[in-house]
Parts: sequence; structure tokens; C-alpha cells
Amino acid sequence: MTAQLAAAATLSAGTSTGEAFQFWVLGTIAVIGALCTVFMRRAVHSALCLAGTMIILAVFYLANGAYFLGVVQIVVYTGAIMMLFLFVVMLVGVTAADSLKETIKGQRWLALLCGLGFGALLVGGIGNASLSEFNGIGEANAGGNVEGLATLLFTRYVFAFEITGALLITAAVGAMVLTHRERTERARTQRELAEQRVREGKYLPPLPAPGVYARHNAVDIAGLLPDGTTSDLTVSKTLRERGQIRDVSHEAINDLRAIEQRAEERLERTAIDAPTFKRAEEASK
Amino acid sequence: MNPVNYLYLAALLFTIGATGVLIRRNAIVLFMCVELMLNACNLAFVAFSRMHGNLDGQVIAFFTMVVAAAEVVVGLAIIVSLFRSRHSASVDDASLMKL
Repeated sequence: MTAQLAAAATLSAGTSTGEAFQFWVLGTIAVIGALCTVFMRRAVHSALCLAGTMIILAVFYLANGAYFLGVVQIVVYTGAIMMLFLFVVMLVGVTAADSLKETIKGQRWLALLCGLGFGALLVGGIGNASLSEFNGIGEANAGGNVEGLATLLFTRYVFAFEITGALLITAAVGAMVLTHRERTERARTQRELAEQRVREGKYLPPLPAPGVYARHNAVDIAGLLPDGTTSDLTVSKTLRERGQIRDVSHEAINDLRAIEQRAEERLERTAIDAPTFKRAEEASK
Repeated sequence: MNPVNYLYLAALLFTIGATGVLIRRNAIVLFMCVELMLNACNLAFVAFSRMHGNLDGQVIAFFTMVVAAAEVVVGLAIIVSLFRSRHSASVDDASLMKL
């Protein structure tokens, strides 16, 4: 209780040194995270940076006395929305990096210029506003932050709250309608598929497993045929389309070379070989 | 420290998000930048709530979060269906109306 009162006292007046320290450290990290969100080339990295920024914003909410919003920020934003983003990034393709080709000439610099101008306008507006008076949230939070929010939500803002329910239901139905695909033709049975394969004279037996003929059995490594070439048939179609097949046909030779070199070092042949090499080089000069 | 600094931080984050929307072409990253802008607005609302000493700003921020959640659900569904039809999440590829 005393701690709460002390917190309320600090929140009602200006800010403590601790809060200033927290603001400058976390604020810097938040801005860096936001910049990384914009300038990282891969969507996954952008999403992770944005999640970090959102967690820091949650800390700022807590510092400003918005205890309920701080927790909701972590649960809803970083917990649900960012994970939804990551889910879609996985669906759409993790490896897809943004192309850096400009379609409109000079668009990027113009955009940066616009951003700088907009920021200057915003900062100038805040600087010119008379924001010297601070009432502090301590009094409003006296009966508890959640209780205070609930009182407002179910009295003054109750109509908006009801509308929010309608909005959420519409969004859920909309997402289902947008992602649902109606099957326009009957699904072919296994028998029909088999008959079609025989008719077309395609590869009839089951596809070979990856890497069984070589020394590796990872799924992204193509199996070696008896003549030493790799067979793309052994790798799953998804990996083939993404171009994520690892070629290990040269690895065996490289391994052998490494073993030979190590054996030479162990047998101290290099001590004898090195001067001969030098002499050979000098002779060639 | 003056609590107005929270407003400056919110303005900075909003600007970064707006610039990102203008610069990037991946639809998912565009959405992330929009989320960043919404979050910056929320921070400003919370700071204003503290400034005025009432909870109305926090209620508005709460509503913003709800609307953002609904927006993300529909937006990501649109991106997924767009990706299904043209195998790309780049907003530049959707140029059927262009001569």
C-alpha cells in the first residue's frame, strides 16, 4: 500500500530520475527497433524488431500509470498480433527478401524527405503547444486503474464498446470469407490419380528417399545416383521449388582432402615439404 | 525529465512508421509499419491521459488496440488471398490497371 502511494506520488508530480533513466535507455532502443523494422530486408527480422519495440512501449505504459494497457499491450500485441504476423510470414515465404529495385525514380529519397518534413512538423507542433501543466494520473488511479477504466468503459463509452463487439465479429467473419476457398470440382480419388499416372507414363513407383545412396540422410540433400550425379526426384517438391537443395557430391572429395592434410600435419611431412615448396617458388622466380 | 518527452518519442515513432509505409513494398512490412504508427498514437494517448489526470485517454488507447487487432486480422487475410492468386506479397506487383 505504501509502495502504491509512493508510486502515485511520483506519478502525480513530474518524473523521478529513475524514470528519466528508463526513458532515455528504453526510448533509444525503441527507436532503433522501429528503424530496424523499416530498414531490415527480411520480413521476419522486421517482425522481431517490431515485437521488441512493442514490449518497450508496454513498459512505457506501465511507467505512465496505465497498468491495464501495459499488460494488454504485451498479451494482445506481442502475444497475438505479432505471432499472427510471423505466422503469415511463414505462410508467404520466409526467404522472400524485398527487391531493392526502384520502380519510380527517386521515390525513396522523396519518401525520406517527406518523412523528415512530417516529423519536423509534428515535433514543432508539440514544441509550440502549451503542455506545461501536469495533473498526473495518481488521483485518477486512486481507486485502481482497472476499476477506473471499467467504470468509464461501461458508462460513458458503453456504446462504443458495443460497436467494438460488432467490429470484432465482422473482422472474424471477414477473415474467414477472405481465406476460405470453395472447391469448384470434385476431389479426384486415389484410384483415378493412379490410373492417370499410368496413362501418362510418369514415374510409377514411389519416389526415392533423399540421401539414401550417399552418406547423408537429411531431407534437403539429393540422393546420389550410381554414376555419382544427384537426383532431384529424391528431394521434396517444396524444397526443390525454393531452391534449398544442398549439393554434397563435392563434399566427400573435400573431406578426403582435409583428412589427407591433417594426416600430413600429424606425420610432420609439412616440415620437410615447406622448404621444398619455397625452393620451387624461388626457382620459378 | 519532462513527461512531454513521451510525446516526442511518439511523434518520432509515428514518423518512422509513416516513412516505412512510403518506402517499403512488401505488404507484410507495410502492415507492420502501420502497427508501429498505431502504437505511437497509443503512447501519445497514454501520455495525454497522465497529463490531464483522467483515464479517458487510456480508454481511447484501449479502443485503438481493439480496432488494430480487427484491422490486422482482415489485412493479413487479404495478404494471404493476394499471395495465393499472384504468388507475391509485393504491392508493386498488383498493377493490372497500369498501361
